[in-house]
Amino acid sequence: MCFFRAQWILTTHTTWRTVPNIFFFNLFRTFSPSKPAKSLHTQKNRQFFNEPEENFWMVMVVRNPIIEKQSKDGKPIVEYQEEELLDKVYSSVLQQCYSMYKLFNGTFLRAMEDGGVKLLKERLEKFFHRYLQTLHLQSCDLLDIFGGISFFPLDKMTYLKIQSFINRMEESLSIVKYTAFLYNDQLIWSGLEQDDMRILYKYLTTSLFPRHIEPELAGRDSPIRAEMPGNLQHYGRFLTGPLNLNDPEAKCRFPKIFVNTDDTYEALHLIVYKAMSAAVCFMIDASVQPTLDFCRRLDSIVGPQLTVLASDICEQFNINKRMSGSEKEPQFKFIYFNHMNLAEKSTIHMRKTPSVSLTSVHPDLMKILGDINSDFTRVDEDEEVIVKAMSDYWVVGKKSDQRELYVILNQKNANLIEVNEEVKKLCATQFNNIFFLD
Amino acid sequence: MGEEDYYLELCDRPVHFEKANPVNCVFFDEANKQVFAVRSGGATGVVVKGPDDRNPISFRMEDKGEVKCIKFSLENKILAVQRTSKTVDFSNFIPDSSQLEYTQECKTKNANILGFCWTSSTEIVFITDQGIEFYQVLPEKRSLKLLKSQNINVNWYMYCPEGAVILLSTTVLGNVLQPFYFRAGTMSKLPKFEIELPAVPKSVKLNLSERDIAMATIYGQLYVLFLRHHSRTSNSTGAEVVLYHLPREGACKKMHILKLNRTGKFALNVVDNLVVVHHQDTETSVIFDIKLRGEFDGTVTFHHPVLPARSIQPYQIPMAGPAPVTSQSPVPCKLYSSSWIVFQPDIIISASQGYLWNLQVKLQPIVNLLPDKGRLMDFLLQRKECKMVILSVCSQMLSESDRATLPVIATVFDKLNHEYKKYLDAEQSYTTALEAGQSRSSPLLKRPARTQAVIDQSDMYTHVLSVFTEKKDMSHKFVIAVLMEYIRSLNQFQITVQHYLHELVIKTLVQHNLFYMLHQFLQYHVLSDSKPLACLLLSLESFYPPAHQLSLDMLKRLSTANDEIVEVLLSKHQVLAALRFIRGIGGHDNISARKFLDAAKQTEDNMLFYTIFRFFEQRNQRLRGNPNFTPGEHCEEHVAFFKQVFGDQALMRPTTF
Repeated sequence: MCFFRAQWILTTHTTWRTVPNIFFFNLFRTFSPSKPAKSLHTQKNRQFFNEPEENFWMVMVVRNPIIEKQSKDGKPIVEYQEEELLDKVYSSVLQQCYSMYKLFNGTFLRAMEDGGVKLLKERLEKFFHRYLQTLHLQSCDLLDIFGGISFFPLDKMTYLKIQSFINRMEESLSIVKYTAFLYNDQLIWSGLEQDDMRILYKYLTTSLFPRHIEPELAGRDSPIRAEMPGNLQHYGRFLTGPLNLNDPEAKCRFPKIFVNTDDTYEALHLIVYKAMSAAVCFMIDASVQPTLDFCRRLDSIVGPQLTVLASDICEQFNINKRMSGSEKEPQFKFIYFNHMNLAEKSTIHMRKTPSVSLTSVHPDLMKILGDINSDFTRVDEDEEVIVKAMSDYWVVGKKSDQRELYVILNQKNANLIEVNEEVKKLCATQFNNIFFLD
Repeated sequence: MGEEDYYLELCDRPVHFEKANPVNCVFFDEANKQVFAVRSGGATGVVVKGPDDRNPISFRMEDKGEVKCIKFSLENKILAVQRTSKTVDFSNFIPDSSQLEYTQECKTKNANILGFCWTSSTEIVFITDQGIEFYQVLPEKRSLKLLKSQNINVNWYMYCPEGAVILLSTTVLGNVLQPFYFRAGTMSKLPKFEIELPAVPKSVKLNLSERDIAMATIYGQLYVLFLRHHSRTSNSTGAEVVLYHLPREGACKKMHILKLNRTGKFALNVVDNLVVVHHQDTETSVIFDIKLRGEFDGTVTFHHPVLPARSIQPYQIPMAGPAPVTSQSPVPCKLYSSSWIVFQPDIIISASQGYLWNLQVKLQPIVNLLPDKGRLMDFLLQRKECKMVILSVCSQMLSESDRATLPVIATVFDKLNHEYKKYLDAEQSYTTALEAGQSRSSPLLKRPARTQAVIDQSDMYTHVLSVFTEKKDMSHKFVIAVLMEYIRSLNQFQITVQHYLHELVIKTLVQHNLFYMLHQFLQYHVLSDSKPLACLLLSLESFYPPAHQLSLDMLKRLSTANDEIVEVLLSKHQVLAALRFIRGIGGHDNISARKFLDAAKQTEDNMLFYTIFRFFEQRNQRLRGNPNFTPGEHCEEHVAFFKQVFGDQALMRPTTF
C-alpha cells in the first residue's frame, strides 16, 4: 500500500526566516549556484524546492510510500519506501503548480507590489485550496516531467482552413488578441507563446474540458439550440462565460489569465467556445469587458462556421486514418516527446478524466521509464538504453537530439537483437518523417 | 464626371476618310473592315482604307454608273462592284494578271441582287430577293463558276464574316431567319429559326427589320442579337436584347435576355466579348457580360447591365490633317450623333465626319464602379487586357486605406487560382499528350493559350505580395493572414506552392519574432519541404534554436539531401551521429574518411577520434583486406595523430588468413 500526501508551505522573503529549510536553500546554492538541487531525501518524506521567482521559494513535501508489515510479535511496523518517488516527477509537479498559479494570478512579485504579503497570501490560499485537490500525485509519471502538448494530426489543407478560420475570426472580432484551436483535446494552433500555451493546455485538458464532458455524456446540456429561430443551427457554446445567451441577466464573466509575464505582462480574458469536438480559445485584453452583445455576436459568427469546420476536420481525419491504415497497425506501447515543440504522444495513457489518469502498464515499468529519463537528463549526447524488466518486458529508451522515445515491449523470449529490430520497425512507421537516429 | 469614370472610348487612331457628299460615295465592307470612298463613280478615284493598313489603296475605275456596293475579296485579290440589280463586275488586283473587268449576271431569272459577300479570296455569294448563289471566281479565266444555289424568298440579309454565316430574312413577316454556313467551297444550310416578335402583328407585313438584328461572336460562340423594343412580358416596359445561340450543328436556341430598362433608339456593339448597347436618347451606353451570373428561369438567363450607364469618353477631333503645325485647337466630336452607323463587332462610323473608330473598353475605371470584388474579378478575368488591372485590384484591396476583408480577399484569390489551375491542367494534358507520342502538328493537339487572365504565383509575388509585405504601416497579423490565405487557396486548387512564397512567410514571421508560429506552420507541413527552405531554417538557428531540428527533419523527408544532413551534423561536431546516419542509409562505403577524421579531431575528444579512426580501419579491412589508409585518402596526418596519442601498437593489424 502506498500513501502519498503533500504538505504545502509557501515562503516569501519576509517570512522564510521562520522556516528551518532556509539552511538548505543556501546550501543548494553553495553546491551549485547555477543548478540548485531540488529535493531533500529523508526517511519519511521527500522535500522538493523550487525558486520560481527570485527570493520566492516553493516547497512541497511528499511522504514516502509506506508498507505496513506485521512484526513477529503482531505489532504493525511501518516501513518507508525511500526509493519509490522519482525526484524529477515531483519537482516537475511543483514547477507546474507555480505555472498554473501564475497563469491565473500573475507573478508573486506583482501581488506583492499590488497589495503586499496580505494580498499574496489571499491569492495563494484561494488558488491552492482548490488546486491541490485536483492534483493526483499517485498517478504522476513521466508525462508530468514532459508537460507536453498533444498535437492533433491533420492534413495540410484542413490545417490551412483552420488558419483561415482563425484569421477571419480575429478580423471580425477585432478585440481578440490571441487565439488557440484544439480538436479532440489536442492542440492544432496556438497564437500564444509556447510556455504560456503549455500551461493553458494543461488547464484546458485536465480541468476545463473534463468538467464539461460529463454533463455532455449525461445529455443534460443538449447543445443544439433549436429554440433560436432564424439563427443558423449550430452546435457552438461557451465553456467559459455565459451559459444561456437568451437570458438577459446572463453573466459574461470569463477567467482572467496572465501571459508573457517575463516581458509584456498581459492580462487577458479567456473565452473558450466549443462546437462538437472543436474548441477555440479567444483571448481578449482584460481591460476590455466583454458584453452580452459581444458574446451573442461571437456566438452568431463563430458558431455556424466552427460547426462546419469541426465536421470537416472529423471527416478528413477519418479519411486520413483509413488511407494510412493506422487502424490496423500493431499497437506499440510508447511515449514520445520532443523538447523543441513540446509535442507528446503516448499510447500508454488512457484518456484523462478529471479524477484520474490511467496507464495501461504496471507502475514498476513506469518507474523504469522515469529512471531512464533521469539518465538522459544527465548527458547531452544521444543515447539508447535497453532494459530487461520482469516477466518478458523490455523497456527501450532512445534519445536523439531533442527527442525522447520510450517503448515497452512484451515478447516472449525475445532477445536484444529482436527488441532492437522491433523498435526500428516502430520508428520506421511512426517517425519516418522526422530526423530520428537509429 | 471625371475622366476616370468613362469605361468606353473611341480608339485614338481612327481611320479618316473623305466624308460622304453628292460626288463622293462611301461604302463599308464588314469582311475586310475597309472603307471605300468612291468619287464620281470611281472615275476620279477610289480610296480604300482599312483599320490595320495605314497605306490606303487608291485606284481609278471607269464610271459605268452608280456604284451600289463595292468590296474586295479577302487579301484584296479581286474587286467586286455592283452597279445594276442584275450583275456584279469583277476586276483582278493580282499582280501580273489582266485588270480587264468581267461581269457575272445572277442566274435566277427576274431576280434582283440585294448584295454580295466574299467568303474567301475567290469565293463570293450573291444574295438576291429569290435566293442565294455561291460562286467561285476564276481570276485567270476572268469568269465565275456557280458552286451552289438555293431558292428562297429573301427580305434582307446579313453577313457575319467571323462566323462565315449569312442570315436571310424570309416569310412575309420577315421573322423567320435562315442561316447558311460557308467553308472551303461548301455551303451548308443550317436549321432556320423564328424570332419571337414582341406582339402579335396587326397587319401582315414585314415586321422584323434588319436594323434590329446583329450577329456577333461572343466567347467563341456565334449569336444572333435581336433588339426587342418592347418586352413580351407586360410588367416590364423597357426594351431588351435577346441572344439566340447559333451553333454550327443543331438548332438555334434562345439563351440570354439583356434587360435595357429603357426605350428609344439603340445600337449594338460587341467589344471584348461584352455586348455594348448605346442609347441615343440619353447619349449613354451600358455593357453586358453573359458570363456573369444572371437570373436563370429554366430556359433563358436574364442579365442586367454590369455597370451604371455612362457616355463614351468625350473625344476630340484633330482639326487639320497631318500638317506639322496646327494652330487650331481640336474640336469636340459629337457623340451618339444620328449620322453614326454602327457595325459589328466594334465599329462606329461617322460618314458625315469621315471617321471610323473601333470602340474600346477601359478596365481601370470599372474597378471603382463595381464594388463587389468577387463580381469584379469574374468580370475582369474574362477581359483580354486584364492582367495589370487585376494585379492593381489585388494591391488596392490589400492597401491600408482600401483594405478588403479576409473573406473577400479569399474569394478573389480563389477566382484567380481557379483560372490559373485551368491553364496548368490544360498545359499538363498537352505535355502528357506530347509525351504519349502525339505529333505536334496534329490538329487535335494545340498548346493551350496563356491568356492574361492567368495570374500565376510569380505575378502575384512580384506585383502584389512582395510589395505588400514591405509596407511599414501594415499590421503583421494582416500580412500573415493574407499570405496564408493565398497559400490556402493555391493548396485548395492543388497548385504546388513556389518556395519564394514560403520564404516570404518565413521572412515576415522572423521579422516579427514569431518563431513559434513558424514552428507550428512547419510542424503541419504548411510550408512545403525544399532544400532552399531547409537552408533558410539552418540560418535561423542562432535566433531560434529549434530551427536546427526543423531543418534536419526537412532534409530527412526530402530524401535527396543526405549529403547536406552529414554536413550539418559534422558542422555541429556530431561526428558519431553523422556516421550512424550515413551507415543507416547504407552510404558509409563511399564517404571520405578524411572529412570525418577532421571533424572528430576538432572535437578534441580523443575517445571519439579513436572510435572514428577504428571505424575506418575496419572499413578499409572489409573493402580492401587491409586496415591501412591509401595515399589517395590523405589521412597521413590523422594516422600520425593516432599513433602519437594511442601509440603504434594501437593501430589495427592486417588480418591474415
